Amino acid sequence: MTVPSDPPLPNSKKTVQLGHGSGGILMHRLLEQLILPALDNEALRQGHDSAVLKLPGEPNARLAFTTDSYVVKPRFFPGGDIGTLAVNGTVNDLAMAGARPLWLSAGLILEEGLPMDELERVLASVKKAAAAAGVDVVTGDTKVVDRGHGDGLYINTSGIGIIEYDLAISPQSIQPGDVILLSGDIGSHGICILAEREKLDFETTIKSDTAALHRSVLAMIEAGLPLHCLRDLTRGGLASALKELTLASKLSAEIRECDIPVELQVKGACELLGLDPLYVANEGRMIVILPKDAVKPALEILSKFPDTAHSRAIGAIGAGNSGQVALKSTLGTLRVVEMLPGEQLPRIC
Amino acid sequence: MKYLDEYRDAETVRHLSEAIASAVTQPWVLMEVCGGQTHAIVRYGLDSLLPPELTIIHGPGCPVCVTPTPIIDKAIALARRPEIILCSFGDMLRVPGTQGDLFLAKSEGGDVRSVYSPMDALALAKESPDREVVFFAVGFETTAPANAMAVYQAKAQGIANFSILCSHVLVPPAIEALMTSPGNTVQAFLAAGHVCAVMGCDEYQPIAAKYRVPIVVTGFEPVDILQGILLCVRQLEEERFEVENQYSRSVRDQGNEAAQNLIQQVFQVIPREWRGLGEIPASGLGLAPEFAAFDAEKKFEFDKPTSEDDERCLSGLVLQGRLQPDKCPHFGKDCTPENPLGATMVSNEGACAAYYRYRTRSLS
Repeated sequence: MTVPSDPPLPNSKKTVQLGHGSGGILMHRLLEQLILPALDNEALRQGHDSAVLKLPGEPNARLAFTTDSYVVKPRFFPGGDIGTLAVNGTVNDLAMAGARPLWLSAGLILEEGLPMDELERVLASVKKAAAAAGVDVVTGDTKVVDRGHGDGLYINTSGIGIIEYDLAISPQSIQPGDVILLSGDIGSHGICILAEREKLDFETTIKSDTAALHRSVLAMIEAGLPLHCLRDLTRGGLASALKELTLASKLSAEIRECDIPVELQVKGACELLGLDPLYVANEGRMIVILPKDAVKPALEILSKFPDTAHSRAIGAIGAGNSGQVALKSTLGTLRVVEMLPGEQLPRIC
Repeated sequence: MKYLDEYRDAETVRHLSEAIASAVTQPWVLMEVCGGQTHAIVRYGLDSLLPPELTIIHGPGCPVCVTPTPIIDKAIALARRPEIILCSFGDMLRVPGTQGDLFLAKSEGGDVRSVYSPMDALALAKESPDREVVFFAVGFETTAPANAMAVYQAKAQGIANFSILCSHVLVPPAIEALMTSPGNTVQAFLAAGHVCAVMGCDEYQPIAAKYRVPIVVTGFEPVDILQGILLCVRQLEEERFEVENQYSRSVRDQGNEAAQNLIQQVFQVIPREWRGLGEIPASGLGLAPEFAAFDAEKKFEFDKPTSEDDERCLSGLVLQGRLQPDKCPHFGKDCTPENPLGATMVSNEGACAAYYRYRTRSLS
């Protein structure tokens, strides 16, 4: 994937900064300029949420393989905890390749002094989320680091899933005229975490949207719908996900603000803090890109699953190789949607 | 959302846009002073709803953008000292100083924290008696009362390990500086609603009269801004030069007197250097002598400022409304939000950043 305007990492950024992990331009630069060249291979170059791999000697069997690390602060929040995220996030990465998730690993990095009952709670959440998603945690690892060197608890999970259908679900399959579906309202996870972490002085009942999305995806695939691309919305939000896809597919997209649901409390919190919900993190939302004539049956299927019940069409893919994402505002005006450099910064006033 | 959705209503916006078109008979140049308004205009594409006779130029009202480099360098120097916790509003963290920004200082080990209120920084000072807590107090009159309150409380509660690095600026002197600058083209101003919620409208009366320039105190939503523009246009067309209040749901003529009293108690008016504009007399706030103990510039020693802004940066022209951001030769090339040459490309409210974010390429 190519990120717009491409100067080298400047001298002033010789150290890793938080923005390099934000899902924005800085992170993509780090990937393109340092990580991908260092580790280059064909599977890695797919640039997808999961690597899609063929088994040697079994040309018809394809596996999806992915990994993700979870460092969320606070570890417990309304709607879930770090254990829930560690399962659902990795399950979703597999689902975005159209895979049926089967097995997960769990690597625990524990900081000396972490209360044992917190670890128990997190493990109970891992178990519960894995059971709900129908996956097993089949291998793991535990390391303990000195006090002050680990922020309590980090989890890495890797996942393996099997791809049972002959669809090429990837940004390269996106076609002009395809429709973009969004699986629900955006921004709840990010605002829930922010409100908890920063102890913001307003009361909300916002819950994280964390959810495993593979059943909805598999139901669409099993119904024979020709899915072109899937992407779960994580760091960087809807805006960054769409921008990644238009850049990777060398197409453009136009979305309609009036069709993008944002829960009232999330909207209110964003207004107060000067944040744009388009860039706020999600953990249980995805976009589905598919041909126009598959939209109706897809929405019917998505509506049957609680976590995707409020799916709707939010826009379409356009021709031209601009990589541009445009947003039609509620006023009917157009503006471009860019990837943020790093983290979204709350504004002064 | 109550109190908000009605000010973003598409139908009302359409009516206002038609009313503006029918009120205009000749070319006019308007400036919105406040960065929050710049952001809203570009984000909602409001300028595309205006008749071609109207030119909207973006003013110097983004506090992040006008904070001069030597102050940013001081903040970075403070952040690098091990005994100091430097607290700042989030959007100051990426503003480039002479060498790097506060994010870089943080990644190199500096204790830099993004806070939502100066009172959070004061609470942190209370909790951390063995550290020095410095709050980076920037902003216009809007943020001055809360910053004044933090210092006032620090003194009242005897919290000696708290101080502020102060770079407060004031709107009316900036308007006067623009009106008296050679080559000024601005014929009417949208004044910043939040600033006036604190300070009131009265201090703009002499400016409107002296320079024969309509000043309309305006809010931040699409309907507010278009109403503000309509009021400006009507004044210009009728050759009236008055202060009008579009934002009366938040702004009283006399402003918020309690907030003003606090500002007067804690701060004094001083000359201030504006990034891109140079020094403007009586255009800033510094701590009053009785609060000098909370002034980080007096409390800590600093190296002499070493160098100037990046000479390629034309943000001074942008801040004066003389250069449209996307007409700058560096825009989107060697100046982008992740590698900004100047502060107008950094802040959410900076005109260059707003153009980059919302209209990198022209949309048909």
